[in-house]
Amino acid sequence: MTNNMDAIVINDISKKYGTTSVLQNISFSVRQGELFGLIGPDGAGKTTLFKILVTLLPADSGQAQVVGRDVVQDYKKLRILIGYMPGRFSLYPDLSVQENLSFFATVFGTTIEANYELIQDIYSQLEPFKNRLAGKLSGGMKQKLALCCALIHKPEVLFLDEPTTGVDAVSRKEFWEMLRRLKERGLTILVSTPYMDEAGLCDRIALIQTGQILAVDTPEGITQSFGKALYAVRAANTYQLIQDLRQAPFTASVYAFGEYLHLTTQSETTTPEQIVAYLQARQHQGLEIKKITPTIEDSFMALMAQQPAA
Amino acid sequence: MEEAVITRKLTKKFGDFIATNEITFTVNPGEIFGFLGANGAGKTTAIRMLCGLLAPTSGEAKVAGYDVYQQSEQIKHVIGYMSQKFSLYEDLTVRENIRFYGGIYGLSGAEIKRQTESILETLSLQPVAHSLVASLPLGWKQKLAFSVAMVHNPKIVFLDEPTGGVDPITRRQFWDMIYQAAHRGTTIFVTTHYMDEAEYCNRVSIMVDGRIQALDTPRALKQTYGVDSMDGVFQILAAALPPNELIVRC
Repeated sequence: MTNNMDAIVINDISKKYGTTSVLQNISFSVRQGELFGLIGPDGAGKTTLFKILVTLLPADSGQAQVVGRDVVQDYKKLRILIGYMPGRFSLYPDLSVQENLSFFATVFGTTIEANYELIQDIYSQLEPFKNRLAGKLSGGMKQKLALCCALIHKPEVLFLDEPTTGVDAVSRKEFWEMLRRLKERGLTILVSTPYMDEAGLCDRIALIQTGQILAVDTPEGITQSFGKALYAVRAANTYQLIQDLRQAPFTASVYAFGEYLHLTTQSETTTPEQIVAYLQARQHQGLEIKKITPTIEDSFMALMAQQPAA
Repeated sequence: MEEAVITRKLTKKFGDFIATNEITFTVNPGEIFGFLGANGAGKTTAIRMLCGLLAPTSGEAKVAGYDVYQQSEQIKHVIGYMSQKFSLYEDLTVRENIRFYGGIYGLSGAEIKRQTESILETLSLQPVAHSLVASLPLGWKQKLAFSVAMVHNPKIVFLDEPTGGVDPITRRQFWDMIYQAAHRGTTIFVTTHYMDEAEYCNRVSIMVDGRIQALDTPRALKQTYGVDSMDGVFQILAAALPPNELIVRC
């Protein structure tokens, strides 16, 4: 395989369940060696797209290739070349840690020893508990074991469907560090997540909502194309502040973001001084306003608001 | 005013394992209280004790003035509960779910009718009133679940990761509902993995390894730990202790 080849090519994929359209004309590519994020909320179509790419579900129309193999024609060859970690817990709870790993190795005609080097970094944390039943592990440990099981046959492309959903912020960070190290070894990784703050850890991302791709770019590229001035506004009474800003004649959008509200204005000529004056007239205390760089979540919401109804 | 929740050295052991270790805190009426912690830190165990679903091993706790040992049935009448995992019956319609929960909480037929119309109107759900909940988008379900958890006008509502997986606009609409409820005087007790949501709370507690390691306003916590976000505070506190990975989840 040449270096500049795309590891995943998705061309105009659509899928319906009954009359419900789940994916609409999805096209994008993932380069070899890329850590690529598919970012979107539940129900956006992420899992359906993953199932199509890992040959478990046929699309209604369109084509997809993974490492140069068609996901329908070449599905048998392809299954050996990819690793897949589904969103739901995919291990056998009544097998031990080691039994699970050895089961997945055997299914792919290999052994734990043959590819141990690839998983060593992650598995070494599990090894002291290798005789514990998988069902008795904590969430973070299950996730690490599932990742080892998806890696044990040394796949070329790794598909991780929401590996960090419901996982606390510290464990999430740890998991992303593991992905970084796998990427450095040359693995192509497609990972989906509903957490917008994880987008910044990817080389490139696709934003997906109600079965449509909103944008594909680097995280910086996405936020740079926000295209409007964005202000962070704070006051002592957040609840009142959000009510007042929603009513304000200059407001285009206002959303809560941590301790600040993020505000865009209808006209680029509105100045921060005008905004402050408006709020001071409404007795706000402790006012602070600053111009800020948009986050992925700002961009996602702006793109969502522009999206034609599905 | 009486505290909405008050605990003193509240402890729960499962065999040798201490899930909740002498936690002491109070929640004020009408407060939005964020109850944070890593997976396995003991949050769910604590919430189950406060909801009157699990007897503590030792320590004291009162919820809306009722004792968790002696008056767990009274507690259940004055609290609401919603979690991402369980809240509505998927194979009942929107209307049926509201009627069901209204009935469970002992509302009269007239009250149930009034609440049903009010919820359907507030959430603009009239067109799908007779649709199965299973057919609704996740964001609608979450908003309906919150309204249903509030159907009996509880003094305190416990929200266990209410916004997981929801799109960012709906997530903020959901927090609007939380703010409104708090504004009307309902006490909100909420857990979340979204650290930006921790900033929306009046006060936040962070549990690590069964104990409450920190409790203050988001701003004071950020100052104490010298960071500019709640995520920073969480990373310092939750990563500081040895990994709590091998807990058998209960």
